Amino acid sequence: MAYDKFTILTSTCVPLPIENVDTDQIIPARFLKAIERKGFGDNLFRDWKFNSDNTPKKDFVLNNPTYKGKILVGGKNFGSGSSREHAAWSIYDYGFRCVISSFFADIFSANCLNIGVLPVRVSEEFLNVIFESIYNNPTVELFVDLPNQVVRIPELNLSESFNINDYKKNNMLNGYDDIDYLINMKKSITDFANTTPL
Amino acid sequence: MSTTLFDKVWDSHVVNKISNGPDVLFIDRHLIHEVTSPVAFIGLKNRGIKVMYPEKTFATADHNTPTINQHLPVLDALSANQLKVLEHNSNEHGILYWGLGHKKNGIVHVVGPEYGITQPGATIVCGDSHTSTHGAFGAIAFGIGTSEVEMVLSTQCIMQPKPKKMRITINGNLSKGVTPKDVALYIISKLSTAGATGYFVEYSGEVFTKMSMEGRMTVCNLSIEMGARGGMIAPDNKTFEYIKDREFTPKAEKWEKAMAYWKTLKTDDSAIFDKEISFEGGVITPMITYGTNPGMGMGISNEIPKVKDQNSASASYFKSLSYMNYNEGESMLGKKIDFVFLGSCTNGRIEDFRDFAKIIKGRKKADNVTAWLVPGSHLVEKAIKDEGILKILNESGFELREPGCSACLAMNDDKIPRGKYAVSTSNRNFEGRQGQGSRTILASPLVAAAAAVTGIITDPRTLF
Ligand code: SF4
Repeated sequence: MAYDKFTILTSTCVPLPIENVDTDQIIPARFLKAIERKGFGDNLFRDWKFNSDNTPKKDFVLNNPTYKGKILVGGKNFGSGSSREHAAWSIYDYGFRCVISSFFADIFSANCLNIGVLPVRVSEEFLNVIFESIYNNPTVELFVDLPNQVVRIPELNLSESFNINDYKKNNMLNGYDDIDYLINMKKSITDFANTTPL
Repeated sequence: MSTTLFDKVWDSHVVNKISNGPDVLFIDRHLIHEVTSPVAFIGLKNRGIKVMYPEKTFATADHNTPTINQHLPVLDALSANQLKVLEHNSNEHGILYWGLGHKKNGIVHVVGPEYGITQPGATIVCGDSHTSTHGAFGAIAFGIGTSEVEMVLSTQCIMQPKPKKMRITINGNLSKGVTPKDVALYIISKLSTAGATGYFVEYSGEVFTKMSMEGRMTVCNLSIEMGARGGMIAPDNKTFEYIKDREFTPKAEKWEKAMAYWKTLKTDDSAIFDKEISFEGGVITPMITYGTNPGMGMGISNEIPKVKDQNSASASYFKSLSYMNYNEGESMLGKKIDFVFLGSCTNGRIEDFRDFAKIIKGRKKADNVTAWLVPGSHLVEKAIKDEGILKILNESGFELREPGCSACLAMNDDKIPRGKYAVSTSNRNFEGRQGQGSRTILASPLVAAAAAVTGIITDPRTLF
């Protein structure tokens, strides 16, 4: 088993209503020099969180104790840019288990799924409803139900379903990863390799 | 059945299809570097397994290497350690390693094609999003995360849902002063950075057929900046000429056999794409970016769009402009700049240096400009010297650095200082990409050269 299982998550949220949040903001390149997967949570959104003299930027949401929780809610086209999995690691290590947005960059969402962070894509309208309800009441809880593929705002009695392919869903529910699966089919891979020209 | 180039290559690499899940895709070529591979090797160790096909993986050090004094020990302890770990892992698993100082060292996406590791019809992955570069040869090439690097090392396969297919056709002729970089920035400005998300792009039309291999690499390289998984161009005689006799390309009968297959790699006439987009080559002008993502680009003589005339939410748009300290409606021409960066896997090839030299020849570097000219590899560096370009550069007051990713992601010491403007031929103008607080203006080598000799944003067409 590669990571924690994900079934149902009920949590308050951290709102980040900015579009095109790219991987260089999530984890700036100068923090990619590690040779182990350790300590990335501390540098999540480093340059939005701290001034150049390392004093915290008061207006950034991660410095605001009003907002906390295991769900990060981001603006459209979240995670664009580099393939660095460090971006997903920093989100996980910070304590998030789920990111909600109306659109995700491909590699970023694949990276999240590979390490046990659930990317939930909702409609633009529902995303706005979520932002509004968080701003109205920062203690509002969201209910992310992976088995039923639904995200709900119980307080408002509103919900929306989301997509995830069955294979990835099963992995998330059980904490399996792709390598376990691939190692089990090694024989077919060797057979295949013997027929390829390159 | 009629199929696309993409289908042909993809389908021939599917080991297994998982119903309502991804395909298991066999990978022919795996490129690794120091930054995204160490954790993958730890994963292998934890599982107690070895690399399955070490001869299909190639290692080079590029992301955090210094671009001066490469013969001396790397001063930054963390970078030095990452390089050491890559060398150690490569040796332990029998992977070919072109480390710092090796004569074949360079940026992973520049050396791959140079040594014929990149071939038509191959599946190529690397833990770097600009792996899409290799699509210029008719390969399926895309960037992967570290978990996937571990997957490929351990099983030579990755799990991928098959992307949708998009074709971008550009016919006509490019005007003078318009380079492949401008073509790519133009497409991204039209599509936005998410316009091709979920798709694999094939580029077709006269503009790409006439384009050099270097130019095709620049365009395919930037596919990721429109959100695409990758981009590719059908191989033709130019492709075959380029790869012939390179170290890792097949020789003699094997070459003939490969050629017979490679010639079949094109989209059938009646094949269907999920999305088709076309543009007219003649309308493209030299491009420049004014904001903090590569989609925020425009013709160099245009004005920065007013908030009401563009598509992002106004708060995000103004955040971006205020980071750059620009205003809506302004012209970029004449704006002062501080740095020029010529290099990266986007524009660090010989053709880019030729373009740069064309403009600066007989002129002098502007006093207010610091210029970093970084070849993509030692082969590029050698060509710059052999072709007499180095002499031209030196006479105009420019120096050449040693190969590496350099200021493209500023992991080494090549960092643009806070608040300074850099005209860069690389691929990303994200906040802080080239150093904390740095402001990046993406452009072609011609525009970079024009800025380097005038010290301001200048239309290169006025300097021909
Ligand atoms: S030059 Fe830039 S984009 Fe290219 S491989 Fe290096 S860091 Fe990645």
